[in-house]
Amino acid sequence: MKKLIRYLNDYKKESIIGPLFKLLEACFELIVPLIMADIIDIGIKNRDLPYILRMGGILVLFGVLGLVCSLTAQYFAAKAAVGFGTALRRDLFKHIGELSYAEIDVAGNSTLITRMTSDINQAQSGVNLVLRLFLRSPFIVAGALVMAFAISIRVSVIFVIAVPLLSIVIYGIMMITIPLYRRVQKGLDKVLLTTRENLAGIRVVRAFRTQKAEKEQFGEESESLMKVQLLVGRISALLNPATYVIVNIAIIFIIWVGGREVYEGALTQGEVIALVNYMSQILIALVALSNLIITFTKALASAGRINEVFALKASVRSGAGVRNSAKEDAPKVQFKHVSFVYKGDKSAVLSDIDLTVNKGETVGIIGGTGSGKSTFVNLLPRFYDAAEGEVLIDGADVKDYELNVLRQKFGIVPQKAALFHGTIRENLQYGKEDATEEEIWQALRIAQAEEIVQNKQNELDEMISEGGKNLSGGQRQRLTIARALVRKPEILILDDSASALDYATDARLRRAIAESTDDMTVFIVSQRASSIMQADKIIVFDNGRIAGIGTHRQLLRDCRVYQEICSSQLSREEVARHA
Amino acid sequence: MRRQENTTKKILYLIKPYMHLVILSFVFAIISSALTLYAPILIGEGVDLILAKGQVDFGGILTILKRLAVIIAITSVGQWLMNLCNNTITYRVVKDVRTKAFSHLQKLPLKYIDSRQYGDTISRVITDVDQFSDGLLMGFSQLFTGGVTIAGTLVFMLAINVKISLVVILITPVSLFVASFIAKKTYTMFKKQSEVRAQMTSLVDEMVGNQKVVQAFGYQKKALERFDVINKDLQKCSLRAIFFSSITNPSTRFVNGLVYTGVGIVGAVSAMRGAISVGQLSCFLSYANQYTKPFNEISSVVTELQNAFACAKRVFDFIEEEPEASDGEGSVSLEEADGSLALNQVSFSYNPEVKLLQNLNLKVKPGQKIAIVGPTGCGKTTLINLLMRFYDIDEGQIVVSDYDVMKLTKDSLRSNYGMVLQETWLKSCSIADNIAYGKPNAAREDIERAAKAAHAHEFISRMKDGYDTIISEEGGNLSQGQKQLLCIARVMLELPPMLILDEATSSIDTRTEIKIQEAFHCMMEGRTSFIVAHRLSTIKEADIILVMKDGNIIEQGNHEELLEQNGFYAQLYQSQFA
Repeated sequence: MKKLIRYLNDYKKESIIGPLFKLLEACFELIVPLIMADIIDIGIKNRDLPYILRMGGILVLFGVLGLVCSLTAQYFAAKAAVGFGTALRRDLFKHIGELSYAEIDVAGNSTLITRMTSDINQAQSGVNLVLRLFLRSPFIVAGALVMAFAISIRVSVIFVIAVPLLSIVIYGIMMITIPLYRRVQKGLDKVLLTTRENLAGIRVVRAFRTQKAEKEQFGEESESLMKVQLLVGRISALLNPATYVIVNIAIIFIIWVGGREVYEGALTQGEVIALVNYMSQILIALVALSNLIITFTKALASAGRINEVFALKASVRSGAGVRNSAKEDAPKVQFKHVSFVYKGDKSAVLSDIDLTVNKGETVGIIGGTGSGKSTFVNLLPRFYDAAEGEVLIDGADVKDYELNVLRQKFGIVPQKAALFHGTIRENLQYGKEDATEEEIWQALRIAQAEEIVQNKQNELDEMISEGGKNLSGGQRQRLTIARALVRKPEILILDDSASALDYATDARLRRAIAESTDDMTVFIVSQRASSIMQADKIIVFDNGRIAGIGTHRQLLRDCRVYQEICSSQLSREEVARHA
Repeated sequence: MRRQENTTKKILYLIKPYMHLVILSFVFAIISSALTLYAPILIGEGVDLILAKGQVDFGGILTILKRLAVIIAITSVGQWLMNLCNNTITYRVVKDVRTKAFSHLQKLPLKYIDSRQYGDTISRVITDVDQFSDGLLMGFSQLFTGGVTIAGTLVFMLAINVKISLVVILITPVSLFVASFIAKKTYTMFKKQSEVRAQMTSLVDEMVGNQKVVQAFGYQKKALERFDVINKDLQKCSLRAIFFSSITNPSTRFVNGLVYTGVGIVGAVSAMRGAISVGQLSCFLSYANQYTKPFNEISSVVTELQNAFACAKRVFDFIEEEPEASDGEGSVSLEEADGSLALNQVSFSYNPEVKLLQNLNLKVKPGQKIAIVGPTGCGKTTLINLLMRFYDIDEGQIVVSDYDVMKLTKDSLRSNYGMVLQETWLKSCSIADNIAYGKPNAAREDIERAAKAAHAHEFISRMKDGYDTIISEEGGNLSQGQKQLLCIARVMLELPPMLILDEATSSIDTRTEIKIQEAFHCMMEGRTSFIVAHRLSTIKEADIILVMKDGNIIEQGNHEELLEQNGFYAQLYQSQFA
């Protein structure tokens, strides 16, 4: 939390005024029992009606003042808290935007999203509550104690014993139940997991006729959840009775000791009533504080998680810039003894990769999952930095380029076809903000997506729903390809991005790309041999190493891994036909 | 309104088995609340005995305090027991509902489950049930005591002094009114806030979830601009919502203060005139504090209860959803199918308005291989749905081993199929338990034999805990290919006479893929097999190829026949290697 406090800097005034007014209000509340004591001791004793009315008036006035103070406090606290949340949210969003792939991999998307949403909300309400109540409850407890001392030092001994006792009981019960609540949550998670699992696997469950076993398992989990809930319930059910006993025993003593004091003339009847009142006020304040502590621990946990995200630092930083970027004779892409290891992994995903690709070439990349294909292409636009060796583009180390200049060279179609909420046009203009109608349609034509758009009622202005849910997988893939083509990149990377296309469309797509993009260097990553067979150069990856580079024909002859791949996917004639 | 009554009736029905606890809880509530109210009277009497210097009746005080101590003891024990009863009722009822909902899930037709998002169903079984439990608990613990306290306070107050009671009775509703007024006002603000929050979440979801795309296209700055707009909006809405909702407490406290002052003034005047004693005044003052509390609480309990009712209704709707048609009377249990199968004039559609399969005919001899091909989304899963009777056909007949499948028990029919889907599904339990999923008592040797036959033994043995390795949620610690091998092993253990196999399109590494192929081959030996095929070699070896497009089977025959027809299949085949 400490690190996040700085987001309150712009709201210093509010963060001070809020608690301050809250304390003022507490003062008014603390005075009430005293005035009531005066009404009893002076007003009633002396049968002084005007005095009673005057004091009554003062009570109302205090009530009004208290209301005004507390409204002021609520307003400023809310303002500060919301301001805190807003600034924090913006910074975190910006920070996440600057992270590189390596950090995103470690943190995970869904984690980042919860940090951005529920954790920040939690922290925000924590700040709000702290500003409003954290000072108030202790202040009331302390104030009531002071008042008690002011009235009678002897009676206040009872307070000095009762207050710590109350605190111990309340916080003791909290300390026991909070970890138990975590167990309840775990039980709930388990029940949730089983439900989700059964939904996802409902066909398998029925095919194997295991409904009964599943029911039994769920029944057991449900039962043990109930048992923990009952246990927690039993303990927290003690809170009210226990505090009730303590407070009322204290009151018994107040009356007894107070009675003796009155007998000796050291105290009045009204003051005894006031002391009883203070005791009740203390109880209410302590219970409020215990609720506050629960919220506060949650907020602290959230703050900690938010800080974890802030602690991630982008590993890829922009270079100083390359002056004359395109050396005419330099190869388009060059890898010099490049190795790469993912954070937390022991073995290298890529080791000692060495190759060159010339301008305009189409490069097919094939290999099993985990063989390093995707990692290889991700090194080009510096989504990751190589652990060893150099990656050169147009003869210059990628680390020397300014990041946006470097990435401007690329059109990338990732494995997961992600589109955004917005019109088709907006989605395509992601790649090039000022793309003209003509450029957009041309890209669509190459991507075999013209028809998709033409079939939509509003053509380019058709809305795409979140995540592109209103399109099929194949349609999404073609639109993401078009998006990459709109910017007419120097280097196009298709990272297994035609998997949802049927063979015919896939083939047409590859032909169109080959025909319309002479200067473009194209990298096609695929699991299908048929998708990369005709590439100028095929790179075969196996366990992070290059198992072979060459054309289909050369590789069929020399490369064992490639032979295996082809024979598993193609019939003998097909392999032969192209060999 | 009627529906609400209905829900109430159903909730009462659920509570019925615990009626004795409800009665006990009610008794304890009455005892503890009544005694809680009696305590201030005793305190007041005690105070009355403390008049002034030299005028204190210690003997009287002692008697009263002793009585007070006894009352405190009884009250607290009563409170505790009441809480225990409430807890037990709530958690047991909720467990019953949850279990019921889950068993019902197992009986629902696939049609229901396929047509809804998982999230919706899950939230009914888990979240709604949970909310219902919260509401129920709060209702029990606060509605009872709240009601008893209000009623009791009224009686006690009226018994002591009518005039002062009137002050309390007249002013208290103001607090209720203020609270509900603010609640109504803030409702719209909260709604606005949650709308903006939803916008924010979906933007964050898109931008953070697809961070890699955002970076690839250098969209961060634009994204931040869009974010700022919503963030500003959110700031405004949140401030309003938070501030106005936080007015409730001070306002009701203010009204309570007024009640307190009113009682103080009227009480003091009465005391001055000797109508009540000072002790009774102090008793009134503490009533004034206590009386408003249940009112404020009850208003929040009512909203909570409304919410609980809404949740309960959603759960009940789920539980009452029509279950899968049970096996008809006189259904036959098919022990071991001979592998023959026929579709006679089968028609089927998910939605009566969109016709799908029509008058489909197919004859399969024992041991034949049937490849199903076609572009993505052509409806290959429909056929699987019908064979397994996940869905029932609209017209025609499916005949297995000379039995109309409608006359067979579902379980026995399904036991004759082995199914390996591309969407692999494993449970989060050990690998051995997963393989033995359909045969929980299988011996370890049998499990290992099945794993070996599925070419899964090798990678399993390489894992640290071997067959006892626990698979994490959705098989996170396994690769896609390994998961599929386990699914194959699962079928291997039983190896029924008919198979439904789904070839993977991608994301499986080549070596594993070869293993899967081999495993498939080994399984299919002598078994009638339906294969959703992507691999040309598989397709060519099939006895019958079913070519599907837009949900219907448009061509049927073997490879050569279909090429000769020069139709859709021929086109598909040629495009692949053109």
